[in-house]
Amino acid sequence: MSPREAGETLMHAEIKADGARRINFARLASMREAGLIVIILALCIAMSFASPHFLTWGNFRAMLMSFSIEGIVVVGMTILLIVGGIDLSVGSVVCFSMVVSGALFLAGLDPWTASLIGIGVSALIGAAMGFFVTVVGLNHFITSLAAMVIVRGLCLVITKGTPLSLFTLPPAFKAVGQGSFHGLPYVIIIFVVVVAIFDFLLRRATAFRKVFYTGSNEKAAQFSGIKTKQVKFWVTVLCSTLAGFAGVIYMARFGAATPTFGAGMELNIIAAAVIGGASLNGGSGTIFGAILGMALLSVVTSSLILLDVSVYWQDMIKGCILLAAVSIDHFLHRKKS
Amino acid sequence: MSPSHSQRPSQEHGVTETPILEIRGLSKAFGPVKALSDVRFELKRGEIHALCGENGAGKSTLMNMIAGVLQPDHGEILIDGTRVSIPSPSAAQRLGIALVHQEIALCQDATVAENIYMAAINARRAPLMNFNRLYAEAQKVMDLLAPIPVRTRVADLSISNQQLVEIAKALTLDCKVLMLDEPTAALTESEAQRLFAIVRGLRDRGISVVYISHRMAEIFSLCDRVTVFRDGHYVATDPIAQSSPDDVVRKMVGREITQLYPDKLAPQEPGRLLLSVEGLSDGDRFSGVNLELHAGEILGIGGLIGAGRSEIAQTICGLRPAASGTVTLDGKALHIRSYSDAVKAGLVYLSEDRKGSGVFLDMPIAANVSALDLGKLTGSLGMLDRKAEDRQASDLTRQLGVRMAGIDARVSTLSGGNQQKVAIAKQLSIDPKVIIMDEPTRGIDVGAKVEIHRLLRQLAAKSTGIIVISSELPELIGLCDRVMVVREGKIAGELGADELGEEAIIMLASGVRNSSNQEKQAQNVA
Repeated sequence: MSPREAGETLMHAEIKADGARRINFARLASMREAGLIVIILALCIAMSFASPHFLTWGNFRAMLMSFSIEGIVVVGMTILLIVGGIDLSVGSVVCFSMVVSGALFLAGLDPWTASLIGIGVSALIGAAMGFFVTVVGLNHFITSLAAMVIVRGLCLVITKGTPLSLFTLPPAFKAVGQGSFHGLPYVIIIFVVVVAIFDFLLRRATAFRKVFYTGSNEKAAQFSGIKTKQVKFWVTVLCSTLAGFAGVIYMARFGAATPTFGAGMELNIIAAAVIGGASLNGGSGTIFGAILGMALLSVVTSSLILLDVSVYWQDMIKGCILLAAVSIDHFLHRKKS
Repeated sequence: MSPSHSQRPSQEHGVTETPILEIRGLSKAFGPVKALSDVRFELKRGEIHALCGENGAGKSTLMNMIAGVLQPDHGEILIDGTRVSIPSPSAAQRLGIALVHQEIALCQDATVAENIYMAAINARRAPLMNFNRLYAEAQKVMDLLAPIPVRTRVADLSISNQQLVEIAKALTLDCKVLMLDEPTAALTESEAQRLFAIVRGLRDRGISVVYISHRMAEIFSLCDRVTVFRDGHYVATDPIAQSSPDDVVRKMVGREITQLYPDKLAPQEPGRLLLSVEGLSDGDRFSGVNLELHAGEILGIGGLIGAGRSEIAQTICGLRPAASGTVTLDGKALHIRSYSDAVKAGLVYLSEDRKGSGVFLDMPIAANVSALDLGKLTGSLGMLDRKAEDRQASDLTRQLGVRMAGIDARVSTLSGGNQQKVAIAKQLSIDPKVIIMDEPTRGIDVGAKVEIHRLLRQLAAKSTGIIVISSELPELIGLCDRVMVVREGKIAGELGADELGEEAIIMLASGVRNSSNQEKQAQNVA
């Protein structure tokens, strides 16, 4: 065999190996999602035997409703985790957006404009946090911890500690949270649209590719001409904006604005994103995965309720699921390397 | 050249001295990959023994097994003639074996002293620390190497000083066998010389040293014997006196490298002016830097670590702010506010810290290659054209000969040399006018090094401007057409092709003399 022929054979071999590896990598990336789907389905099947109420459209609708609005916040959180940040203030911001919009409505503004302003001030909170993170140089954890407390305080100040009753909201606005289209609640439609848009953007849009670069290795991203501070700033703003958006939908759904609403929500949301494969070190995560994480937590909660398990057990069990998911991930990663 | 026959270790049968460390038939596999197969190695009492091989030859795996970090699949390790098992690093310490890793593993937030005596502090039973004594003892050890104050936080030290702390730490372990894995990779010439003196001193005190290095000059000036591994196999052990760098390199790569460096540019009139820097200062680390780069040439920048070479390069590219000065690229004055401006103009910088800031380790190769300019891969709606991205990555990786499973493989799965090629592919993706490369071949095996050098020469021939910053003198001399030497933030002088030599560069870098031009001027004035 001449050296040239040998070289060609080698190249063919490489190309083949290439093809084989591609499939493997695709499989590896979707393994997390596939695993979650299997677990969720298994849980559903098991529950369908345990409780006759589980496999009903009503129960499914209730579960979907329960995590649809939180799911919008999860989208923002996942993107922020990918860039290497974290936001503990989302629960407070959801509430703030709700309270501000509600107060403005009570002050005489039409609810749509009031909602836009609510989302706007949420974005401003994100911008303020982004400023402290990128310009002052604090880390996301501490900055958002401070924001969580400050914004919660603002909610209490605005409402003087009592829930705002918004039963006078016009029906057209309430429909966003309570109505449905041919039996499908608008809340679920909005949720699916938001997830689909951002999942697509995250996989395909150039701007979001920069999010992955920055989260994977910020220094290397800077040395590739990527303005990582801008990226981090805008992702922080996006996360708060989506939380604000969720806030006004909650307002439409409940017809009220409670100053204590959303306390502790951030932990649920971070847990969902992490169960879905997002890494606290940045650089990895998918929105689809995070939503599956959310779905898993929701199915578990629903199951526990149907099984008449005391609500006091719920948090403990959720925590154990989080720990298990992260441990499995750690174990798989170690095996790979 | 006639192939010189390697001689067997002379004392194999003669003197019956048992070696301090002997390895027999050792094998280790990681999954399907055989890292070591049936290797042997013998370390005599009081010798400095070089262990050579390309990256992936199995040197580090062997060191890690001797140091108790990894366990062998088969084979024996003998200390002083007795068979031992070394289940953990602390077991290795008890046997008198110390390993200085290639990568720095210090507690960044602790002081130098606390790091140096970490093992001793860990073993202490007393509940309280006597810090004054700790500092005094640590300073004694540290002063053997360099006058680094031991109360300093490790994070505040330069990389080369951290490396020295790492070595000082090993010195406190009262070892019989000291293994140094590329200890000079981050050291300056003078620090390296001081380290050699210390290693020789240790040998004279009866400590046996295993010395891993890619630098032939060091091995031949420091070591007594050399063992070569190739692809996980033992190749040969020779006394240094009966070997030569060519011989060792040939055994390492298993093929004759007739020429380690590509041919230089024929002495012709220089091409057009590609890059010109005038009076560049950053108001801190360097000032008054002038340099010119012509098409077709490779300009080297030498100097001690910390002299300001990387800072100058980063300032030219807009990665650091400039206080004054002008940069002209291909006849156009550049107004660079950020690195992305430089990239747009066609001026790119390859970082010296490959893993820290050169590549995205946990991202696919294709995404790494396209990081510098996403714009040209972006469609009208702001969406990334994945097909174009894959095509670009396939083309460039093939051109650079990156050995990989596929362009979707993560960069972390590649060897150091191939990671560097990916980083270079990223630079080439924008078809740059000028590339400034900071230590482009640091920690890369000989084969990949030669390939990268050849590539740089090809790029230069196609009139891409190349500037290479290097601490390796043979690289500067072998590769570059012209070398500028930086000392304490100023250009100390420039050496043309006919003046290039290790001595000349060291003299300029260390301030023994200034450039020949300045000398002449000084004489004229006198």
